[in-house]
Amino acid sequence: MLEFVLERYNYWIVIILMMTGLYIVFSRGNLVKKLVGLNLFQTSVFIFYITLGKVAGGTAPILIGGHGGGHGEDQGEDQGGAHGEGVQNGGSYGSDAAHANDLASPVDGAQDAEPAAHGDGAGATYEAAADHGNDAGHAAADAAHGAAEVLYSNPLPHVLILTAIVVGVATTAVGLSLAVRIREAYGTVEEDELDAMDYEAEFGVPEPEGARS
Amino acid sequence: MAGPVESYSLVDQLPALQVVVPLVAAPVTILMPKGRVPWAWASLVAAATFAISLALLHQVAAYGPISYELGGWAPPWGIEYRVDLANALVLTLVSGVAAFVFPYSYRSVISEIDENQLPLFYAALLICMTGLLGVAITGDAFNVFVFLEISSLSTYALVAMGGRHDRRALHSAYNYLVMGTIGATFFVIGVGLLYAATGTLNMADMHDKLAGMETRVVEAGFAFIVVGIGLKLAMFPLHLWLPNAYAHAPSAVSAFIAATSTKVAVYVIVRFLFTVFYTDSSFEQAALSYVILPLGVVGMFAASLVAVFQSDVKRMLAYSSVAQIGYMLLGIGLGSVDGVSAALVHLVNHALMKAALFMAVGAVMLRLGSRHCDAFAGLAKRMPWTAAAFIISGLSLIGVPATVGFISKWQLLKASFGGDAAWAGFLIVASSLLAVIYIGRIIELMVLREPPTEGPHAKPVAEAPLEMLLPMWALVAANVYFGLNTELTASLAMRAAEALFGVGGGQ
Repeated sequence: MLEFVLERYNYWIVIILMMTGLYIVFSRGNLVKKLVGLNLFQTSVFIFYITLGKVAGGTAPILIGGHGGGHGEDQGEDQGGAHGEGVQNGGSYGSDAAHANDLASPVDGAQDAEPAAHGDGAGATYEAAADHGNDAGHAAADAAHGAAEVLYSNPLPHVLILTAIVVGVATTAVGLSLAVRIREAYGTVEEDELDAMDYEAEFGVPEPEGARS
Repeated sequence: MAGPVESYSLVDQLPALQVVVPLVAAPVTILMPKGRVPWAWASLVAAATFAISLALLHQVAAYGPISYELGGWAPPWGIEYRVDLANALVLTLVSGVAAFVFPYSYRSVISEIDENQLPLFYAALLICMTGLLGVAITGDAFNVFVFLEISSLSTYALVAMGGRHDRRALHSAYNYLVMGTIGATFFVIGVGLLYAATGTLNMADMHDKLAGMETRVVEAGFAFIVVGIGLKLAMFPLHLWLPNAYAHAPSAVSAFIAATSTKVAVYVIVRFLFTVFYTDSSFEQAALSYVILPLGVVGMFAASLVAVFQSDVKRMLAYSSVAQIGYMLLGIGLGSVDGVSAALVHLVNHALMKAALFMAVGAVMLRLGSRHCDAFAGLAKRMPWTAAAFIISGLSLIGVPATVGFISKWQLLKASFGGDAAWAGFLIVASSLLAVIYIGRIIELMVLREPPTEGPHAKPVAEAPLEMLLPMWALVAANVYFGLNTELTASLAMRAAEALFGVGGGQ
């Protein structure tokens, strides 16, 4: 049970941040504090997407070495795993590789195997990695057997989130400038005072006491 | 599915131009001097965009859906613009309303916003249109979010520009921003969950991968998307941002966003419900019959009832918009091709009547400086053309025969009685009676009362200027024309609904 909870710590962080943010938006009367809550809420979504993109044992999605040729050709179609395209370069066996990688540090293994693999194809990768003589090497070799040399994390969620961050910044900017304008026009940024003033503008009489709980 | 773009003729690039033309035109507007130049430029761009939409609509109606690969990257990896009848209809609607509202706007805008902000105002208006068109045209789920936020962010700014005369516009814009951002973020969470389940963002591809998948992840994604878009389209209990935002925005902005922005959100929910998700999946069936249909019905009554008691005509129309969204949700909630087709017909028709109504109120705002219903007393004698425009489009809102409102209500009734939901049909008629009350109240004021002889509205007023009357009457004429010639909208909407229900992406 505890393990189940701890294994998914990233999702707990997302949920806690999300709920904290939403709660701040709903409960605070100060317009600036509301925006802070909104920001927190959006940030939790950024973390959620980045969590999705992480492949266990995968390295940063930067091309290593000169193996650019075959990348991304066999992605997509044959995957049913929870990570979806998260294992782009690994193709259908990517999830196996991910499991094997839990045991050791396969990235290093793969990188070690790399020079030998250069130009010699997958068989050579296997031998070179096996010669390296440790578990990590085996795990990496299993992962590499076929076509992929290195296991990468999925870059797509990162790209999406870069866009979402830009949107978030723009929203915050517009929100804060509205708060500034509201402060200039009303002299306050407290929601209940604003509501009272709007009520008076609407009906021409001050808001009755206790009209709103 | 088309191969990589090889020819570079202009016609092949129409889907990209649809979005790129207003997007590029917007920053150019900022550099223009104040005065009529930004207005003329924006109107010209809107007309060009409308022409592109019409060309696309014609092409799609004649030759079937268009798939456009942005940058030559093939879907499902690249972003795909996919135009089928459903979104060609929405594109035509958005750009068409823009093509009439933009020319109308100048006199109204200079009287309501700071003159120095004119170039910025028209830039924001163009960006808003870009975002709405982008939402409609794209076939990529994440792209929907980006365009949704492009249009929403500019709408917040546009609503806030009404703050020059009435500071409440600022407060409304702020509330709209908070609610809109929560809605958009919910939508992104939903898209993220779907991406986790399917590994793709392309809607048609997502549809294929979702076949037979009813896991918790998919259900949660579905729920987040429905609630998120529900906020954007002002589904009944999530509508609280809308009335104030529409009431306090500058009149031209109200006319534009009331006719387009919630409609585009309705399109998005239709697209996700019927093209991306499977209509026969148990969670969608439950959502349609226990969430969307009941909320639509409640919205029809609750919002109409609130509208009856409004003294601010713009806010009354805004509440009526929430009620009309209820009709569309009712059609969607029926979950049948007929129901969705009726919802699409009402989507187009409601945009036509609401744009005309808000334009009439804008003309009254210009001449009398008020949108309170007292200002409408005796209007038929003081501004006969404006009053007549209001009356005809108001009758259309009620659903009087020979107007578009009748056509959409008729379609909705047909769909309800045909879909074992006869009770919904009776409720449609009943809630139309509420529309009779709130529109009838204003018509009574305009026609039967004498113009006030004392008070703030006693001054002599002239008819609205011709440049406002012409676009207004063009839309009123559309209300009548499409009410008499039903073939065009009804058959297009039926084909569009069939496309939505067809193979993924409406092939």
